[in-house]
Amino acid sequence: MYLSGMGLGATMLQGIPVLGRDISIGEMLTPVDVALKKTLSDVALNAAKSKGATYADVRIGRYLNQSVNARNGNVQGVSNSESYGVGIRVIANGCWGFASTNKMTKDEIAKAAGFAVAVAKANAKISGEPVRLAPQKGYGEVSWKTPFEKNAFEVPIKDKVDLLLAVNAEGMKGGATQIMSSLGFVNEQKYFASTDGSYIDQDVHRIWPTFTATKIDRASGAFESRSSLSAPMGLGYEYLIPDEKEKIKGGPATLYKKRYDMLEDMREAAAHIGEKIKAKSIEPGKYDLVLDPTHLFLTIHESVGHPTELDRVLGYEANYAGTSFLTLDKWESKKFNFGNKLVNIVGDKLEPGSLGAVGYDDEGVKCGKWDIIRDGILVNYQAIRDQAHILGLNASQGCCYADDWSSVQFQRMPNVSLQPGKTPMSAAEMIKGVEKGIYMLGRNSYSIDQQRYNFQFSSQLAYEIKEGKIVGMFKDAAYQANTQEFWNSCAGLCDANDYRLGGTFNDGKGQPSQSSAVSHGCPTARFNGVNVINTGRRIG
Amino acid sequence: MALLTKEEAQAILKKALSYSKADEVELSLRGSEGGNIRYARNAVSTAGESSTMSLSVSSTFGKQTGNASINEFDDASLAKVVARSEELARLAPPNPEFMPALGDQGPYKEGKGFIAATAAMTPDTRAEMVAKSLQAAKDAKLEAAGFLENSAGFGASMNNKGLFLYSRNTDVSFSVTLRNEAGTGSGYAEKSFNDVNMLDALNLTKVAAYKANASATAKAIEPGKYTVILEPLAAADLMAGVIGGFDARSAEEGRSILSKKGGGTRLGEQFLSELVTIYTDPYDERMPGSPFTGEGTPTEKIVWVEKGVVKNLAYSRYWAAKKGVKPTPGGGGGRGGGGGGGVIFAGGSGTTEDLIKSTEKGILVTRFWYIRSVDQQTGLVTGLTRDGTFYIENGKIAFPIKNFRFNESPIIALNNVEALGTPVRQGRVVIPPMKIRDFTFTSLSDAV
Repeated sequence: MYLSGMGLGATMLQGIPVLGRDISIGEMLTPVDVALKKTLSDVALNAAKSKGATYADVRIGRYLNQSVNARNGNVQGVSNSESYGVGIRVIANGCWGFASTNKMTKDEIAKAAGFAVAVAKANAKISGEPVRLAPQKGYGEVSWKTPFEKNAFEVPIKDKVDLLLAVNAEGMKGGATQIMSSLGFVNEQKYFASTDGSYIDQDVHRIWPTFTATKIDRASGAFESRSSLSAPMGLGYEYLIPDEKEKIKGGPATLYKKRYDMLEDMREAAAHIGEKIKAKSIEPGKYDLVLDPTHLFLTIHESVGHPTELDRVLGYEANYAGTSFLTLDKWESKKFNFGNKLVNIVGDKLEPGSLGAVGYDDEGVKCGKWDIIRDGILVNYQAIRDQAHILGLNASQGCCYADDWSSVQFQRMPNVSLQPGKTPMSAAEMIKGVEKGIYMLGRNSYSIDQQRYNFQFSSQLAYEIKEGKIVGMFKDAAYQANTQEFWNSCAGLCDANDYRLGGTFNDGKGQPSQSSAVSHGCPTARFNGVNVINTGRRIG
Repeated sequence: MALLTKEEAQAILKKALSYSKADEVELSLRGSEGGNIRYARNAVSTAGESSTMSLSVSSTFGKQTGNASINEFDDASLAKVVARSEELARLAPPNPEFMPALGDQGPYKEGKGFIAATAAMTPDTRAEMVAKSLQAAKDAKLEAAGFLENSAGFGASMNNKGLFLYSRNTDVSFSVTLRNEAGTGSGYAEKSFNDVNMLDALNLTKVAAYKANASATAKAIEPGKYTVILEPLAAADLMAGVIGGFDARSAEEGRSILSKKGGGTRLGEQFLSELVTIYTDPYDERMPGSPFTGEGTPTEKIVWVEKGVVKNLAYSRYWAAKKGVKPTPGGGGGRGGGGGGGVIFAGGSGTTEDLIKSTEKGILVTRFWYIRSVDQQTGLVTGLTRDGTFYIENGKIAFPIKNFRFNESPIIALNNVEALGTPVRQGRVVIPPMKIRDFTFTSLSDAV
């Protein structure tokens, strides 16, 4: 029944580009008419079935990006990009096939669907086991939208430029000699339809303000930088409207929850860089680490998020991102000690404000939340429809994503978040209990092996903790650890008041490589006896 | 449709240009067609065809510039993207570093990057190549994961100063990882070419199979400083970013590895070992590049380092004008730092095996992984070895060893070069196998 919608509307569309009208910036967010997207989707689904597909899905995507960049008080560029097209994925002869086009006419879409079937049939000749999809009911016509207060695309460019120029001026006033700054906005208008009977319209918004400020000491030849402590978020422009209630004050840097004060962060950054140039180079050795969410999110991403991707565990990423030390036997044993019993980590596609929050994934599965590490034990992975049977699941976990209409959707990381401690604890209180340690804030250098055992991270800011007090700043500090040892050394978690989201717009995976945006929530956490190296060197 | 002829591209650009009301407008039309096939666990996992084309428009009033892009090409969409870039330009504050667009800078040499056989690849030809690779893996009782991708693309630029440029290019790349069933051995091989006839997927799979078997049952040895032999792939992984540091502005502003204490740069100084010469050349047959830059300047061979001495820094048009020097084609960042084309490290003669023969004690690194910058002041990077690392004793491979994490500056490594072999193309770099002393490994990894 759901494939019979190819009526008069579609017939009239033949040969006429769908987006054939002049629109202004303010109108960029006016989505393509849903009825039209449904009609075009049915064209693709019908064509795929008629060519022999046993399953087909279609994604009509309109991807909008806006960025404003300023350097040293000068606006370097204001850009808007728009990408619109359709990707069609099919199963034929038990094998996947995919094709895409940006020629949005009935004939071209039907042709692309046929091509996807041809690709599947060509590959079926050399393929192994047929694809097994977890059952998925159709949802009919449904929609979802990022919950936000202020649509960033409707905010005048001038306001964005003014903010960045003020931020640049603040940094230069504080003595920074080089400032790179940018505001980035994303809107994914995604329509999904499948032969299961779903027609899902989603409007996804993201925002990312960031800067790096540098001071150069020409006499000594030294230079140091500090990047912003903001997080990319699944929010609207309201993220850039400071709110005292969303700040954590009292430490060496102001920290931000769901509202960010870019001016204040730059003011503090300029002061931090001066301290960094004069900071003491660290003595290598074992330290207790107190890791702020602005830093820890990336360690979670690399050491928990990636190794619990089921496609890596199974070997599908062996030729690129790598495999995983969290092999199925460890999960099956139900007693693999990933971390200390304090450690509870969830997969989560729902958390408001996060980058991974959507209503439905890119193969039409309603999103949810589940345990990955429970009381320190590995209990689950991240899976999609064609993997669910491997875990004995009768439904996908909704982790399928494609970064564009022209990309094939595959398993991508949901928000993977460390749950806060249940005992009341602030970062300041946690630091009081540390004898010899380092308080690290902000993401910096990161590297981890292809099975996610051995990693090395450094921070934007590293403070020496001596007998419960912050006594000064360190430079050249990076910690190296083994994932399982590190998470077993977790000795404390701050409470829910300290819980914040960090994240990235650019998590790379797959061949051809695709980028995805993902958040990681966590509180400040303590890790005991971690190996810290000195990364300072001399040239010439 | 995505691979437009010169005339078709010119027609679209002329049409778009006709809608422009700006003082200056620069248009860039790019398209590519291609496909890929990905396999893992000895079977095809995903495959697809893609056809993309997009138009970028940069409009300027005075020194106010706005950019917009689109992937629809009917008249109304062309008018829309031009109007949107103009709307953004009027909202943007003046850019004091704005440089006016260039007119025709020809004559240009002929590019050599387009090979018809690569453009003609189909899903069936890709499946046939992969079938051979899969068979070789099965014959060796190993599990294969790999990726084959080909593309044919064109780029065309036009502005309202009389510039029109058009070029075409093809690429094919293949990579494969073979692992044993126990998960104790892993081998890898990859190659990229403009011409598919140069690609031998079967032989590369056999190389990866050999490494997978040879690397099994690796022993742990202590981290520390070792003489290393880097296969060309490992050398490319480590050194590919070096040329990005040759930007003149960051060096002169004091925020680069080429900045000097107290001001000035290291231009003209002995910076690396005398064995090291680095250049870019878009006309090198091994790795052809474009005959012009995006701004319309003809590209040329540029020597960055000759026998260890810094010979050139990359000047953008703005920075060159400010400093009163000649701009470098494509200068001011991006791959190669300017000049056009990928990076070429001159070498000596001989193979990786010859370098091994000359080594009493050392480590053979076949590949590096996850290299990230740690300290920009010294160029220090960290990363790991992957897919086959071996201990060398008395000129021979003695046994496989477990992977290491390293913390090392490629600049320090290029000062510690002891010998170089014959350069080969590896990805977008032409580079020899290298023998380097005192390379710093800082910890062991259990990863295979």
